[in-house]
Amino acid sequence: MAGDSSKTGFLSDEELDKGLGIPSEARRRKGAVAVLECLEDIPCNPCEASCKVGAIEVGEDITTPPRLYEDKCVGCRTCVPICPGQAIFIIDESLPDDNATIEMPYEYRPLPEEGEVVVALDRAGKEIGEATVSAVRKTKKMDQTATVIIEVPREWSMKARAIRLKR
Amino acid sequence: MLRYEMVCVGAGPAGLAAAVEAAKNGVQVVVYDENDRPGGQLFKQIHKFFGSKEHRAMERGFNIGSSFLNEARELGVEVSLNSVVLGIYENGALNVMIGDRIENIRGQKVLVATGASENMIPFPGWTLPGVIGAGAAQTMANIHGIRPGSSILMVGSGNVGVIVSYQMLQAGCRVAAVIDAAPKIGGYAVHAAKIARFGVPFFMSHTIKAAHGKDRVEGATIIEVDENWNPIAGTDKQVDVDTICIAVGLNPMTQLLRMAGCKTVYVPVLGGRVPAHDLDQETSIKGIYVAGDVSGIEEASTAIIEGRIAGLAIAHSLGYLDEQSFIGQRNEQLKSMVGLRSGSHGESRGKAKAYLNATMKR
Repeated sequence: MAGDSSKTGFLSDEELDKGLGIPSEARRRKGAVAVLECLEDIPCNPCEASCKVGAIEVGEDITTPPRLYEDKCVGCRTCVPICPGQAIFIIDESLPDDNATIEMPYEYRPLPEEGEVVVALDRAGKEIGEATVSAVRKTKKMDQTATVIIEVPREWSMKARAIRLKR
Repeated sequence: MLRYEMVCVGAGPAGLAAAVEAAKNGVQVVVYDENDRPGGQLFKQIHKFFGSKEHRAMERGFNIGSSFLNEARELGVEVSLNSVVLGIYENGALNVMIGDRIENIRGQKVLVATGASENMIPFPGWTLPGVIGAGAAQTMANIHGIRPGSSILMVGSGNVGVIVSYQMLQAGCRVAAVIDAAPKIGGYAVHAAKIARFGVPFFMSHTIKAAHGKDRVEGATIIEVDENWNPIAGTDKQVDVDTICIAVGLNPMTQLLRMAGCKTVYVPVLGGRVPAHDLDQETSIKGIYVAGDVSGIEEASTAIIEGRIAGLAIAHSLGYLDEQSFIGQRNEQLKSMVGLRSGSHGESRGKAKAYLNATMKR
């Protein structure tokens, strides 16, 4: 996807390549890891504060976009519902059968159910195909931001970023 | 005549933060608000806030509003609702219409935190039912639980436009498009991305040409504009919508300040004519302070900090807070403001505020 997010609203692959919060393919293959799709100098740092292993760094100047230390990240998911910009996803490409899981924040109701087949959407909201919901997380601490985990073919792991319910 | 040490006009984030900070230090405070519930815009803000922990990041606006109200209540702050301040006169004299009676009030110090009103743009059909402010859409959906329409055109891509678009999706509406005459999206990229991934298209360098419909909005025509914002003939597009939300900026509500004779300065980046004020948030008229959007359009988080500074300054000037503690606490707040007024979205506001402070010295 080429393009300029300041006109389209969504990040292009080229823009993402320049991001400091994107884990390498090698790291993604090893197991769950955070993807920080936050490239702009906005004043915000809850992700850094939430990370217990020091894998996310913003620093003293809170307008610095977050940097991911991929080897420190344990994929614990704490940061996903924390991000007010809903810009953090957890990707796990270590699944057998060339599959991957994507965990994404979800603030719409009704929530999907475990096992439900939904439509996976890319950053532009275009349909990619069907995906199965493997889990839905919602705890009090997440303050109404649920997260939905979908299982998808591995080549969708850096593409699918939203879902649409079929019902 | 009722007398108070501090009279606060407006119970939004700035007014409440100031009231709490002053009351903490022992100041006797009354807060007037013309609405039937306090909190200003906070109770419409169902999204999680940005910033740092000290700015209450990742808390939702309405929860921040509730905690301010509880704090104010515990500190004995009097909050008077349905109370319209009609005028501010010499020496802190005010007229307040409470219900159907008018009270004469005297405040040793007066904080004006009246916020802002939404800008509107006129176009053929703009008076049709279905053309609403983005703030109205938020009030309907987030306070009253009413869906403003089924298919929405959002005019304006600033943070209000993109955040309200997201909230309309949450309310179950379709957002047909977000348009903006500017060539680039004005709001935070993450807010734009949040709606783009659910299929909302952005049309930059586009403006609304007309709203169509007999008794209510049944559609809209949008048109591309050139770099001088002039419509380009032949680029019309029809959009199938029943609701048009206008999110084209806010204008500080400075009427009371101008009536009182406070010096104002025209600063476009802060939303228009704004009151000159110093670092303590005091205006050119001694004893009259400002905080929040009325002193320049920013964010709820900056409004809260300005409110705290005003509250501290008032407590200090009334003798409740010694010089050293005041300077220390004020500087802590100013430090916490730095991050919020930097970066590509905040820097120009930071500079404009510094300019506004400088105009006091002339």
